Amino acid sequence: MDPKPLWLLAELTYKCPLQCPYCSNPLDFAGPRFQRELSTAEWCRVFVEAKALGVLQLGLSGGEPTLRPDLEELVRNAHGLGLYTSLITSAYRLSKERLADLKAAGLDHVQISLQGADANLSDEIAGTASYRDKIAAYHYTRELGFPLTVNVVLHRRNLHQVEALIRLAESLGAERIELANTQFYGWALHNRDALMPTKAQLAAAWHVVERERARLGTALEIVWVLPDYHEQFPKPCMGGWARAYMTVTPAGEVWPCHAAGGITTLRFENVRDHPLDWIWEHSEAFNRFRGDAWMPEPCRSCPRKAQDFGGCRCQAFLVAGDAGVTDPVCSLSPHRHLIDAVLAGEREPAAWTYRAAPASRALAAKG
Amino acid sequence: MTPATAAAVPRLHTKARLQRDEVRGREVLLYPEGLVGLNPTGAEILGLCDGVRSFADIVATLERRYDVSGLERDVAAFLDGLAAKGLVLYGP
Repeated sequence: MDPKPLWLLAELTYKCPLQCPYCSNPLDFAGPRFQRELSTAEWCRVFVEAKALGVLQLGLSGGEPTLRPDLEELVRNAHGLGLYTSLITSAYRLSKERLADLKAAGLDHVQISLQGADANLSDEIAGTASYRDKIAAYHYTRELGFPLTVNVVLHRRNLHQVEALIRLAESLGAERIELANTQFYGWALHNRDALMPTKAQLAAAWHVVERERARLGTALEIVWVLPDYHEQFPKPCMGGWARAYMTVTPAGEVWPCHAAGGITTLRFENVRDHPLDWIWEHSEAFNRFRGDAWMPEPCRSCPRKAQDFGGCRCQAFLVAGDAGVTDPVCSLSPHRHLIDAVLAGEREPAAWTYRAAPASRALAAKG
Repeated sequence: MTPATAAAVPRLHTKARLQRDEVRGREVLLYPEGLVGLNPTGAEILGLCDGVRSFADIVATLERRYDVSGLERDVAAFLDGLAAKGLVLYGP
């Protein structure tokens, strides 16, 4: 059977009050490619087409999705279709009234980011004073009966706080905490030298995760997203290219993952020009790496290809310059030395560039 | 709290929702960042988890409906699997 998508990530806007230097949004998010945001009616049509195509899980993300004044209407429409809707938010200035309205509209689940376990570090990493709003919003979600996920992107500057982060999520009554080691795309790739953790940091954090998982059982699910540069084999990125997942960007481009738009050798289609099912089934970008016929060696003859699908196409493009080669993270890849060179030696911590519109425009102008 | 006892009243966690998956012709259990595809029997069992019926009631209802006996172990295995994922709770 042809694969049908289960997941849709709707990036409603790339505007965001936070400025996290690890943001996975495109470096040129403030440029012309993403300016003309989809209307309410266009998003609602996307949801109808997605449901008909097989989507069951909808993530409402960004940027900051609560900046869309029509968010409640979008949730109401998605809920009416039977989609399980998750709001993925920074919770900046998110009021209890707004969350109650979203609950009434049928929102199923709230995921709130956190940048560190205390206000000082969290606000420094976010580049915006937001910790207090986040803590308040965690309590609102509990009071309103939402299942809550706390999401933390981990890197050199906050890995030492993993225990405090887990304890905080526990005390807030969260169902899940996602400890997502930085994946290097978008702003995170640009800031890689400042964000890259040491092997010792990762080992210490993983030790805490194992211990806390044993202590907490199902009371708090701890998701640990692997730091793939430090692994021997690549991640099974998106469960395989164009197998179960798609992202629609603020201006309507459709990508097989939220970083794929960075592959400049692919042409991506727009929901303004084509129905979603056509894009999923027939567009060049979705078919280019679907299945395993595209695979070169060492993937082609590798027994792991059904497990990791050759790894990440974006990473192959960004690190090795060719989206069609084995993920350079793989120890069997002829490009693994490029990853090892990044990891080699202890670096002086570099300064990062905050994700913000002026920096985005400056970087885009530089090419 | 597993495994199921006869008097336990299984119910879905509020974070989980049963949903028809028209495209694939099945029921699914949806929850934050995940889903479980259900066969018709699984969907029927969860449909009986109304927070009122006990585990023993659910087994008896299914056995009567299909005029069979000895379903207890299969029903327990199914519900315990979901309880281990935190999707089914056993209450008094």
